[in-house]
Amino acid sequence: MSPVASVMSHWQHWRQRALEFAEQKLPALTRLRRPEPLPIILDRRRIYTLPTGFGVAFALLLFVMLLGSLNYGNNAAILLTCLLAATASGSLYFAFRNLAGLRVIGMRGIGEVHAGSTATVELRFTPGLRDRPSLGCRHDQSIAWFALASGHDDVVRLHVPALVRGWWLPGRIVIATNYPLGLFHAWSWLHPDRQILVLPYAEAEPPALPYDSSNNGDHAANGSDEDYSGLRDYRPTDPPRRIAWKASAHRDSLLNRESERRTGDALVLDYSALRGLDHETRISRLTAWVLAAESNQSAYSLVIPDLRIEAAIGPEHRSACLRALALLPP
Amino acid sequence: MTEQLSTRQFDLLGLAVGCALLPHLQRLPGWLAVALVIIVAVRVILRRRGLGAAARWIRLPLTIALVALTWHEYGNVFGRDAGAALATGLLALKLIETEKTRDARVGLGFAAFVLMSALLFDQGLTATVLVSAALIVVIAALAALQPAPLPAARPNWVMFKLALTLFAVGVPLALAGFVLIPRLSSPLWGTPSDQSPRIGLNDEMKPGSMTDLLIDESPAMRVVFDQPIAQPDRQFFRAVVLWDFDGTTWIRGRRADYQQAEPVQAIVQPTHYTATMEASERRWVPSLDVPLSAPDGTRLSSERVILANDRINQPRAFKLSSTLRYRLGERLNVSDRASALALPAQRNPRTLALGHEWKQLFPDDPQSIVDAALAMYYARFTYTLAPPLLGIDSVDEFLFSTQAGYCEHYSSSFVVLMRAAGIPARIVTGYQGGWWNQNGNYLLIRHSDAHAWAEIWIDGQGWVRVDPTAAVNPSRIVYGNNASGQLSWFENRWFRDARNSMDGVNRLWTEAVVQFNALRQKQALTRFGISDASQRDLMTALVIAVIVMLTLATLWALRQPKVRRSDALERAWILLCKRIARQGPARRDNEGPRDYAERVASDSAASTIEAVGLIERYVALRYSQPKADSGAVAAFAGSVAKFPSSW
Repeated sequence: MSPVASVMSHWQHWRQRALEFAEQKLPALTRLRRPEPLPIILDRRRIYTLPTGFGVAFALLLFVMLLGSLNYGNNAAILLTCLLAATASGSLYFAFRNLAGLRVIGMRGIGEVHAGSTATVELRFTPGLRDRPSLGCRHDQSIAWFALASGHDDVVRLHVPALVRGWWLPGRIVIATNYPLGLFHAWSWLHPDRQILVLPYAEAEPPALPYDSSNNGDHAANGSDEDYSGLRDYRPTDPPRRIAWKASAHRDSLLNRESERRTGDALVLDYSALRGLDHETRISRLTAWVLAAESNQSAYSLVIPDLRIEAAIGPEHRSACLRALALLPP
Repeated sequence: MTEQLSTRQFDLLGLAVGCALLPHLQRLPGWLAVALVIIVAVRVILRRRGLGAAARWIRLPLTIALVALTWHEYGNVFGRDAGAALATGLLALKLIETEKTRDARVGLGFAAFVLMSALLFDQGLTATVLVSAALIVVIAALAALQPAPLPAARPNWVMFKLALTLFAVGVPLALAGFVLIPRLSSPLWGTPSDQSPRIGLNDEMKPGSMTDLLIDESPAMRVVFDQPIAQPDRQFFRAVVLWDFDGTTWIRGRRADYQQAEPVQAIVQPTHYTATMEASERRWVPSLDVPLSAPDGTRLSSERVILANDRINQPRAFKLSSTLRYRLGERLNVSDRASALALPAQRNPRTLALGHEWKQLFPDDPQSIVDAALAMYYARFTYTLAPPLLGIDSVDEFLFSTQAGYCEHYSSSFVVLMRAAGIPARIVTGYQGGWWNQNGNYLLIRHSDAHAWAEIWIDGQGWVRVDPTAAVNPSRIVYGNNASGQLSWFENRWFRDARNSMDGVNRLWTEAVVQFNALRQKQALTRFGISDASQRDLMTALVIAVIVMLTLATLWALRQPKVRRSDALERAWILLCKRIARQGPARRDNEGPRDYAERVASDSAASTIEAVGLIERYVALRYSQPKADSGAVAAFAGSVAKFPSSW
């Protein structure tokens, strides 16, 4: 690590510590950082403004310019320096106004989010009667810049890592602007109480689906080639033992047996059947199986503690199962 | 935030840097000016073609070359001139390495500094206005660095508008700062001493050397008379008296500073006036005819010219009083008489011979000798600003062969002639003439009004002014090539009027802004009851002014955007809600008009039906068609205005 980077990382560390300390000791700073109901209207009580690094450097420059022009007794240069300083300080109010009155009216997750993946969180804003250019939303590493034209609601999407299954608060989001000159940084904290459902982590390479209800599924016995009711193209997610080797030999691509389509051969995804695994691993495996069963187009039922979802297939069934899995107590 | 600049952002950055360099170009050494233009233009063009920042092996030698050449040119890198040259070069070099937002911000801050330094050289009104305009471009370029602008048809125009707004909003605060920031009574570090004196009167005179001065149309001083005087544009302003002549050049000679000023006897009432000098980098204060006393910060020399104690490096006003008819000097002491008769030996033999001849011809009659000389000038001589060059016996050549020249030649030859004829004589330089500005009631004296004349000593009359140049036959006044402009477009009446009124504006600027100094600042608070403001008072006033303005700005920033005035329907609706809320339920923020109408209907107030009816009318107007008919809206607004009819 270069010395500069080392200093920077130290600096980041101390900054973080100082911020945490300040939040602990100064409730005024933290009050608005707790989750709150939508809509959130940004007003003067929750918009903070500080000069940026460039702003501080600019102030130094103005000071040098003032000193130089005072020394030479040059009134035109003093006037110019005053004009520039007044312009710069005026930009503070433009930065504030760029945020003041902005409303956050919605927040939702886009698509399905599994724990361990990155969620796309969408925030919906109402700008009111002002144009609001160069707004930035930041959540940890994810930054999105956007502009709102007066009178038109718009959305902005952030990519936030979702770590744990279940109802999830994405956490504090900073909305900030350096408009118009980059000299002042105005920001506010958004912490909507809108929860996003994070589905459980789906095991990456789960064992084959447990078709035989008497079997645990780990070592499902493979039927003979004559059991199949049909053939279809092989998909990468298909278990290799379902490949119809003989039939495939006559073709360029692999074929897969669709023996599971037989009616009556119910697929039961049973939490209690997965013995020897811990709680979260079971949930992960069940999740993966639900996804696999859906892509195999086979009806399945889900049995988890205190809940049984009867065999079915389709998006509704799927999301009901995933939701039930996500909301299992830890 | 430190992203690659888009082409649009970079173009605006290049424009801003170009604007910052522009005011410097004409003053910089030629090689640097050309290099700056080339560097900026090439960089902007190459960037548009997709080339990135110049490599370090290009930038480093350029930087070293810049510092070395600046050192070579100025002998240092820290003075005002050298510093400004170095700063402009560094700004251009910053542009060729700029690729990211962060670099662009540094460059634009530096551009603002470079712009400010341009004013250290010229703080006239025109320069200040141009530099302020360039500053707006810099601010626009800074605004264009914002990461997510709103889409617009003309994005650059949006930036300029924003910059202009920011700038205009800042003006009141800037003015308060300008008036109230305490001025230094003495500089913290060296004043600008590293500059060569600008063009102006010299303390030596070599016939033929004044040509540049006589075609310089920039203002030298402006004079405001306390009471009207006759023919203000014909008066003589004396600045320097020259005694010693070595055959080619007149110099002041070794005059003792402690000598008493020659006594003057005023024959008419003294004339009081204020002379405002432009920066001349010299100490002379040209004063009308013969000054009676020296104002603060100046002294009278023995020949009655006024010398400031410090060089005049800022425009400065002097309150003076002079007499237009006078007797200067009581008696000529031996050493002064000797100086006023001295002539270089072995030079100009024909002139000396002519002088001797006249002395024999008119013994003890100086007036006749003067008349003879002036008659000679009138008979044969030509006035021109492009005289032939003169050799070692310059006066002989002028008087007997070339016979063409301007004030320097005439006064020089005249004084030599007088001395040869035994009349003590000396040369006075200064200004004569000028534009009388009718609108402003002041006299504008330009450098081109510089003049040289003679003073001769006549026993019993003292030093008497003789202007031999005026003796030239007016039909033989020829302007040289250099000054031909004076006849063509300066004679144009419209142009002259325009120049005169423009000079009036410049004068106001000089008076109000440029000359605003510590002394004037002390009186700035007189209106507020503080007659002699100390630095502490000024700081207090500054803080108060800043607080007041920041408060106003805060109130403005906190103001919620109101409904557009043009939407009469919306205004009527808001009024209606207010009136219903007086006795009925108030509309909730999240409640549409229909829901509100239901709640109002369930209320038991007497005018419920009327209120609900009005709400229904509003709904119909607002939502039934894209744009409500203005007549219907007006009728609705009228009904709302009369609404509490039964309440």
